Amino acid sequence: MIRWLTNRFAIIVAVLVLLYLFLPVAYTFVFSFNNYRKSNIVWNPEGSPTLKHWKDPCGAPGVCDALVTSLQIGVIATVVATVLGTLLAFALVRHQFRGRAASNVLVFVPMATPEIVLGASLLTIFVQGFSRVGLGLGFWTITIAHIMFCISFVVVTVKARLQSLDPRMEEAAQDLYAGPGATFWRVTFPLVLPGIVGAALLSFSLSFDDFIITNFVSGNETTFPKFVYVSYLRGIPAQANVIGFSMFVLALALVIIGQVVGNARRSSK
Amino acid sequence: MSALAHAGPAGGAPAGDTPPQERQGRSWLPYLLLVPGALWLLVFFVVPLVQLFSVSLQSQFPGYPGYYYRDVNFSNYLSALTDFAPQFGRSLLFAGLATFFAFCLAYPLAYAMAFKAGRWRNIMLIAVIAPFFTSFILRTVAWRQILADEGPVASTLNALHLLPGGHITETWAAVVAGLTYNFLPFMVLPIYASLERADHRVIEAGGDLYANGFTTFRTVTLPMSMPGVLAGTLLTFIPAAGDYVNADLLGADNTKMVGNVIESQFFKVLGGFPVAAALSFTLMALILAMVFVYVRRFGTEELV
Repeated sequence: MIRWLTNRFAIIVAVLVLLYLFLPVAYTFVFSFNNYRKSNIVWNPEGSPTLKHWKDPCGAPGVCDALVTSLQIGVIATVVATVLGTLLAFALVRHQFRGRAASNVLVFVPMATPEIVLGASLLTIFVQGFSRVGLGLGFWTITIAHIMFCISFVVVTVKARLQSLDPRMEEAAQDLYAGPGATFWRVTFPLVLPGIVGAALLSFSLSFDDFIITNFVSGNETTFPKFVYVSYLRGIPAQANVIGFSMFVLALALVIIGQVVGNARRSSK
Repeated sequence: MSALAHAGPAGGAPAGDTPPQERQGRSWLPYLLLVPGALWLLVFFVVPLVQLFSVSLQSQFPGYPGYYYRDVNFSNYLSALTDFAPQFGRSLLFAGLATFFAFCLAYPLAYAMAFKAGRWRNIMLIAVIAPFFTSFILRTVAWRQILADEGPVASTLNALHLLPGGHITETWAAVVAGLTYNFLPFMVLPIYASLERADHRVIEAGGDLYANGFTTFRTVTLPMSMPGVLAGTLLTFIPAAGDYVNADLLGADNTKMVGNVIESQFFKVLGGFPVAAALSFTLMALILAMVFVYVRRFGTEELV
């Protein structure tokens, strides 16, 4: 009887917690149809729901500029961090070298550091050091910062994938007279690729959603999260809800497609 | 965030560190792979931290507000910790409370995912991560709407006369609720990962040995998930202690946290750099001490 109750208890709580997790997302969605007057905080029954914000997502001044900036920074940061982090992960998992332990610490500590400390330290170096060589706060300082905090997450993700590889696959390739290059490109790399893709998606979502570090190093540049935060006092336009919810649907679709493809591959083997 | 990678659908890493394979005759190769990324982390993580420490010891030029000179001025730390002790204490308290509540919500969810979900497991895993794809700021603003005086929660509680002050927003409760919400997945994923990795036969053995459900849970399941619980605690506490967005959007002046002070000292107070740097450095030292104790106890494998 007690076991029956605890079984149901876990499931019931789990469903409630999931609903709780989605509640703000639902609010964001609902308020994208609000015919708001000054500020999109209170539901306006007159003229709502309306599709006008969905028909004109760039209708609010600045919102699409901020979105484009975020997408550009996200792509650059993802590409650079994924390449650097993947190389690092290969070095850490596949090679024994002097300084390996120190490198592990160097990768780990940025993830254990609060974002505000990362932002503050980058601000001090950008303002008091690098600005003298012509690097003012803006697009590139944000990109540099995003690459920095994404690298560690790429390393961790790719490392996990590399460590779970079956070493017999590569041994088999070598037994079949594949050279080191062929073994790497035809066996190792395709096996690690899902990890690299996962790391890239993680980097992009971290970069796209980052606010705290970005706020410290952005100067006058505005990313999408910063746009939402800054316009909070004046009233967030419903277009921000439209864009935010669309990104949610897009990311969710990507993850589900990834799952389905993964399952199909696994079952075809 | 490392928990996302850690428990992602790609599958977790094996628990032990596999011995690295030696490649002979190409001793330069590991350094070639290492140097670009390591250099980036050195220049944009280590060097800025050194600079932050140096700023935390700087003094102001008398008569030139906003201009500093290099110094060894420990009074910045003294004023950081005496003037802003309430905010510092609040950060630790709020982050601690949020971590506790996140644990209470996350454990049953992770437990259900690991043991009860069956074929729904992957869908639940996606559902835990999915809210993250909506901007963190937008979700926090949505909480402001949900908890606002005219919103569903406050108006219900007010109608029942259960809300002493009449408000939820602008109180510490709203800030703690926001922190709990925003960092909940960081608690769920490591607990789930450690439960999923646990040997289910050991738990069945508990039942075979006539332990009832609760005893099995207390003496077998919970101890096996402790590494995940501790990793989740760190992954929730660290970002919560440094956060200022929740305190800003959901709280009031008397709920400001250390993050709010650091932000306003840097951007709104002329000459605030040294004290802000001292506060940041103290926060970092405190958190690294926590992490160090954890790593000494459990190693880094559970975290990274």
